[in-house]
Amino acid sequence: MIPIPAFLVLAAILFTIGTVGFLVRRNVLVALMSIELMLNAINLTFVAFNRAYPNEHTGQTTSFFVIAIAAAEAAVGLAIVLSFFRLRKTVRSDSADLLKN
Amino acid sequence: MAQADLLERIYFGICAVLAVAGAIGTVSFPNPIRGALSLLFSIVAIAGLYLQLHAPFLAAIQLIVYAGAVVVLFLFVIMLIGPDAVPPKDSRAIVARVGGGIAGTAIGALVILVLARKTFGRIPVAQAGFGSVESIGALLFSDYLVPFEVASFLLMVAIVGAVAVARGKQPDPQAAPKDLQASKELSAGEGEVVK
Repeated sequence: MIPIPAFLVLAAILFTIGTVGFLVRRNVLVALMSIELMLNAINLTFVAFNRAYPNEHTGQTTSFFVIAIAAAEAAVGLAIVLSFFRLRKTVRSDSADLLKN
Repeated sequence: MAQADLLERIYFGICAVLAVAGAIGTVSFPNPIRGALSLLFSIVAIAGLYLQLHAPFLAAIQLIVYAGAVVVLFLFVIMLIGPDAVPPKDSRAIVARVGGGIAGTAIGALVILVLARKTFGRIPVAQAGFGSVESIGALLFSDYLVPFEVASFLLMVAIVGAVAVARGKQPDPQAAPKDLQASKELSAGEGEVVK
């Protein structure tokens, strides 16, 4: 039996990688992928905690809803990226500065 | 028993290494296509971990929704954007980026430390049917019926919104015939001029 903290630490490592990727990379597509990575890490945490208290399915149902929301977020986010690319001919998030000045 | 335990550890190790390697690849490849494929590795490895945590339904959902839909959507968009998906190097806001990286690593290290110190008592044995399609399906259509319906409504709104945003500005259908006529007149006029 793998101890539950092993899963939690793995999920925290994945979340950290996602956070750093989101903050450091300036490619909008990579930023969106980092968000997906963070959501996956959180789902893993929910499922691992649910395994520690297996009388209810709260963690697993919450993960189910998180996956549904993440799919909606990815669809709308990518549509915005496409729209932004049409406007600026680039996917660098630095170039989204129409409201500056 | 010891052999089963060893196998379980090896399985966890493979999945964990794949997940972390995929995550590092996702954030570090300059080309987003490679990033998306690394994300796929990470997602499949996490589905494997769900199986180990007695969540077969979530593992299937993870594969269908993430590997089947989200990553493919990413690949479609990257291919629509084409070679511009890899923007040229640019060192604007480099201080903010490095600072963000350090801050993110620090917060992550804190979370890892806190979680590593958490101890659980003996983990109870999961009952038969824990995490199965039947038990989660029954929950979704009884206790979680309202959130389930709200989620389906949200998905529909997201689909319509994504289409509306991605389609961009279309020519006004009311104005189209007039413009067409005007351009015809214009081209006819040009023809006369040429004559």
